[in-house]
Amino acid sequence: MKTQNQRAWFFVLPVLLLVAFNALIPMMTVVNYSVQETFGDNLFFWEGLRWFQEVLQSERFHNALGRQFFFTFMILIIEIPLGIAIALSMPKKGPWVPVCLVLMALPMLIPWNVVGAMWNIFTLPDIGLLGYFLNHTLGISYDMTQDPVAAWVTIIVMDVWHWTSLVVLLSYAGLVSIPNAYYQAAEIDGASNWAVFRFIQLPKMKTVLTIAILLRFMDSFNIYTEPFVLTGGGPGNSTTLLSIDLVKIALGQFDLGPAAAMSLIYFAITLLTSWLFYTLMTKDDNKA
Amino acid sequence: MAQITLSNLRHSYHSNPESDADYALKKIDLTWEDGGAYALLGPSGCGKSTLLNIISGLLVPSEGKILFGDQDVTSLPPAKRNIAQVFQFPVIYDTMTVYDNLAFPLRNRGRDEDIVKQRVTAIAEMLEVTDMLNTRAANLSPDNKQKISMGRGLVRQDVNVVMFDEPLTVIDPHLKWKLRSKLKELHQRVKATMIYVTHDQTEALTFADKVVVLQDGEIVQMGTPVELFERPAHTFVGHFIGSPGMNVLPCNVKGGAAFFGGEQVRLEGPAKDVANGGAEVGIRPEFVSIASNGQGVEAVVRKVADVGRHKVVEAIAHDSRIHAILEGEAPSAGEAVKLQFKQSQTRLYKDGWLASSPEEAA
Repeated sequence: MKTQNQRAWFFVLPVLLLVAFNALIPMMTVVNYSVQETFGDNLFFWEGLRWFQEVLQSERFHNALGRQFFFTFMILIIEIPLGIAIALSMPKKGPWVPVCLVLMALPMLIPWNVVGAMWNIFTLPDIGLLGYFLNHTLGISYDMTQDPVAAWVTIIVMDVWHWTSLVVLLSYAGLVSIPNAYYQAAEIDGASNWAVFRFIQLPKMKTVLTIAILLRFMDSFNIYTEPFVLTGGGPGNSTTLLSIDLVKIALGQFDLGPAAAMSLIYFAITLLTSWLFYTLMTKDDNKA
Repeated sequence: MAQITLSNLRHSYHSNPESDADYALKKIDLTWEDGGAYALLGPSGCGKSTLLNIISGLLVPSEGKILFGDQDVTSLPPAKRNIAQVFQFPVIYDTMTVYDNLAFPLRNRGRDEDIVKQRVTAIAEMLEVTDMLNTRAANLSPDNKQKISMGRGLVRQDVNVVMFDEPLTVIDPHLKWKLRSKLKELHQRVKATMIYVTHDQTEALTFADKVVVLQDGEIVQMGTPVELFERPAHTFVGHFIGSPGMNVLPCNVKGGAAFFGGEQVRLEGPAKDVANGGAEVGIRPEFVSIASNGQGVEAVVRKVADVGRHKVVEAIAHDSRIHAILEGEAPSAGEAVKLQFKQSQTRLYKDGWLASSPEEAA
């Protein structure tokens, strides 16, 4: 006979407590701010959904959100194909494998604010290696503190430099797990290189690529440190991404209500997009 | 379709092979007749897969030539050789339907969709997968996946040879038997040369018209299943085929007669010139019986195993183990018995190789 009791709850309790303290409770304070107005001194006034309406209707939010989507779209469209291409051209065995893997992992090991600082110095027009080379050797006018296009190019290239490795390593892991017999069978079946990629390599990489895209989406959508150190959101507001704008509102202007509402909307967008993407990608797998 | 000739084939995975031990294949001369059903049998690591990959073109041999008919294909890549190969683990293209999987080798060669449809339908029917044609191949069971792999090998009509590299490894035992008889049936229908690589004697003997036994990169014997069973050319074949394998007993040879523990063992016929040492008598357990007239090799029964249809008796005589397969009554363990060897099936081996010949030939 099956005994039924509630003892299982005991074992889940520590995790529940932990999650409550590090996620649920802080989040509830944000919810609390998002529906009230405060002038300090712990005085709060009920505002209902006013902040949400304000944020959703504000042009500033629309612009930051647009820039955010543009940034994420650009880095995904570059990093995913580039990462796959690099993984495909890496050796599958031999002494160069560890060398390639370590070289690939290096950019990811550098702290985010250091990456921002590195690229900031790297692109300085008069003393930076890249900035000097572009301006003085090639004669291309390049100054990301003046020119929005230059600023955009720089933050995208910086992210590609920093994070393509992640896509490479995940794709590579997917590639090396393909048994040799698949390649041999394809060769015997007379498949072209493109067919091998399309029907063997890509399907076998699907799971890891889903994870790669998901990770890159979430990370790039929430990115703060690197562009903040690199451009500070400028010139003007041209590279002010959502997180940078949020920090400006919350800590710069100390508008806690609108900032809290914006955080929740921001969170909802990230969550919803990730969920949609994951559901779409794994839809086929569940079909029996 | 063509006859396949392997001539003076040697292969080593070392870049500078020095001794014979460095060669995975030591010197292979072999002809596969067009349309035959062959099995390549040998223990793991004997060079079976190496040989197969050389025929398919996945490996280029260190020395020697491969001819398809009169054409030298030694350096041609697999796609140019017009061969098919089925691997140990089923290879299917996950994202395609079963139909597209079967059509893949034809479409890659630019065949008309009409021909593709006709061939795929025919093969699907032979393999009994017609009802699955529109399902995605990723969702099939392992045995059906392996069927699709086989189907991709058989779908092209003009292949020179279809090779199977231990194709039943991942298949459940009760389905193995079904797939094996399916393969045999397919061979009779498509009439292509087929080479079946395995370390399982049952698979080899049931599938093939001719079995090639390979050991340490050398061909030990090529023959029909009956020949392998009745006249193993080497004690290795005797051991490897049969359950239990052939009894191999050390003996002395004096004046053309063999003596096992001092007693003469009557051979099938005259032995070739055999000097002393390295001589052995080989007799299959099927041809060992218990003497009723009190004559024969003295032995003590150690174990009796009842395997259903017959009993396997293990006895010790002159420090050697002898197996006998008996129908009906069998002695019990500990009993002293006299064993008789059927003379026409008693052979002499010298350094492992067959050294006696049947009486009538002499």
